[in-house]
Amino acid sequence: MAAIFDVFLLEAILNGLLFGGVLALLALGLNLIFGVIDVVWICYAELIMLGMYTVYFLFTVYGLPLPVAFAVAILLVAGLGAALHWLVIRPVLASEPINQLLVTGGVLFFLQAAATVAFGIDFRNLGLSLPSLVVGEIFLPWSRILAAATALVAMLGVWLFLRRTFLGTAIRAISQDRQIMPLMGADPARLYLLTSAIGGGLAGLGACLLVLQYDVHPAIGLSFGPITFMVCVMGGLGNLVGGFLAAFVFAQFISVGGFFFHIEWGYVMAFVFFVGVMFMKPQGLFAASGR
Amino acid sequence: MDLAAPLAIAAAVALLPVLAPIGEYHLHLVILMLIWGFVYTSWSVMGRFGLVSLGHGAFMGIGAYGVTLLWNQLGLSPWLGAPIALAAAALFAVVIGWPCFRFRITGHYFALVTLAATEIVRLVIVALRDLTGGSLGMTPKTALTEGPVALWALQFAAKEVWLYIALTVWLAGVLIWRAVDRSMLRYALEAAGQDEDAAASIGVDVTRAKLGVTVLSAVMTATGGILYAQYQLYVAPETVAGIAISLQIVFAVIAGGMFVQLGPTVGAVFTLALTESLRVAIGHAIPSLDGLIYGLMLVLFIIYMPKGILGQALALVGRRPRPAVAPA
Repeated sequence: MAAIFDVFLLEAILNGLLFGGVLALLALGLNLIFGVIDVVWICYAELIMLGMYTVYFLFTVYGLPLPVAFAVAILLVAGLGAALHWLVIRPVLASEPINQLLVTGGVLFFLQAAATVAFGIDFRNLGLSLPSLVVGEIFLPWSRILAAATALVAMLGVWLFLRRTFLGTAIRAISQDRQIMPLMGADPARLYLLTSAIGGGLAGLGACLLVLQYDVHPAIGLSFGPITFMVCVMGGLGNLVGGFLAAFVFAQFISVGGFFFHIEWGYVMAFVFFVGVMFMKPQGLFAASGR
Repeated sequence: MDLAAPLAIAAAVALLPVLAPIGEYHLHLVILMLIWGFVYTSWSVMGRFGLVSLGHGAFMGIGAYGVTLLWNQLGLSPWLGAPIALAAAALFAVVIGWPCFRFRITGHYFALVTLAATEIVRLVIVALRDLTGGSLGMTPKTALTEGPVALWALQFAAKEVWLYIALTVWLAGVLIWRAVDRSMLRYALEAAGQDEDAAASIGVDVTRAKLGVTVLSAVMTATGGILYAQYQLYVAPETVAGIAISLQIVFAVIAGGMFVQLGPTVGAVFTLALTESLRVAIGHAIPSLDGLIYGLMLVLFIIYMPKGILGQALALVGRRPRPAVAPA
C-alpha cells in the first residue's frame, strides 16, 4: 500500500515539474514586459485565451495542420501584444502606475466578453489525445512533456536573445535606466513595442502548449492569470531567473497539494505561501538584496 | 463636503414607493444600486488614498458566506451571525493589511497581494463544497413560509422593506466616507501616500493609519456582502468573491469618481443602468455584449477621464470643495 502511495506522489511531483515549465514560460512573457516597460498586464492570460481559440479554429474548423495553426497563433498574439501596448498602455505611460495596471484590467473584461460574444461559452478542445509515457506505474502525458520541453527551449531562446543580440542588449539596458538610454540613441518607444510583441508572442506560444492539455473557454484566463502574476511577483517582478524558479515552486504546491487534498487546496496553499513570502521578502523570493 | 446632496437623494428615494410606485423591477434596480453604491463607497474609503485593493471580493465573500453558513449550518440568526462575519472580515483585513503596511508593500505589489487574498477566499469557498455548495452557490434556508416578514432570519418578501434597509446602509456608508474625509486620518493618509518617510517623521503612525482605514473599509464591504446575500437569498463564489467582483468594484469607482463623496454611487448607478439598458435593448440575443462595452468604456475612462463621471462633472462646474489629491 505504502509503495503505491509513493508512486502516485512521485507522479504528482513529476507532473508538477512539467506544469512548472509551462508556468515559467507564461511568467517569462509577463516578467519581460514588467522589467522593461514597468507595466503589469492584468489581461495577459486573456491574450493566451485568444491564442488558444486561434489554434482551435484553425485546426478543427479550417483544417490547417497543427504547426501552421501554432505559427499563426503566435504571430497573431504577438501582434495583439504590440497593439495592446500602442493603443492602451502608451496613452497612460505618464500617468500613475496603478492606472496602467487597472487599464489592462479593463482590457481583461473586454477580451473576455469579446470571446463570449464571438465564440459562446462552450468548452472546446482540439479532440486530440496524445498517449502517455509509461514508466513503471507512472503515467506522464506526452502533451505535458512536450509542453515543458518547448517551454524550456523557448526560455533559452529568449535568454540568448537578451544576452547575445544587439536588440536584446538594448532591451536590458532600457530596463536598467529609462532616463539615460534614450541619450545613448536607443528609442524607448520602439523597444517597448518590440518587447510587447515578444511578450505577446510568448503568450501565444503558451497558448499553443496549453490548448494541447486544456479545454478553451472565455473565462479560462481567470484560471491561469492570477497564478502567473503570483509567480512573477514571487520571483521579483522583472527578475527573469527568479520567475523561472518561482514557477517550479508554485507548480509543486499545486500538484503535490492537489495530490494530498483537493486541487483547490493546492492553489490555496500556493497563494497562502505567496502572501507569506511577500511579507518576508517583499521584493520577491529570489530578488537580489539591496533595492 | 456637502451633506445636502446625499440627504436629498435619500429623501427622494425614501419617498419613491409612496409618491411614484415604480414597480417591482425598477425597485429591484434601485435596491441593487444602493447596495452596490454602498460597497463601492466602502472600497473608495481606502482606495482614494492610493491603497488600491484588488481584494475586496474577499471581504464581501466573507460577509455573505459567513452569515449564510452560520444560518444554514447552525441556525444562527443573521443578527448574531453578522457581528461574527464582520469580525472575521476585520481579522482577515488585519492579517493581510498589517504585514503589507509594516513592510511597505504598496502600488503594484499591494494590488497583487490583495488579488491573491481574494483568490484564497474564493478557492476556499469552492473547496469546501460540502458546506458551501462549491461553484453552484448556496441559498439561505427560507424563513418566509410562515409569512412575508421573518425579522429573526433577516428575510423579507417585500421589496419596499429592502429599499429602506439598503437606503439606510447606503446613507451610513456615505456619511462614514464624509467622516473620514473630514478627519485627521485623511491628512495622515494623504501625507503617507505622498511620502511615507516624511509623514512618519512628522509623527504619523503610517502603519496604524493605513490599517485603520483598511479595517473600516473591509467591515463596510463585508456588511455590503451580508446585505447582498440576504436580499438576493443566493450566494455564489463568482458573484460575491473572486477577482471578477474585486475588479468590478474598482472599475465602478473609477467610472464614478474616486475622490468625490458620491462618485462611487454614481459609478453604481452608471454601471447598473448601462448593463440593464443593454440587456433590455438587445436581450439575450448577444450574451456578454454589455461586458464588451463595459470593458471598452473602462479603458477609455482610465485614459481620457481618470477623475470619473462625477469628478469630471464637478471639476467642469468648478465647484471642487477641496483640491483633489492624487495618490502617490
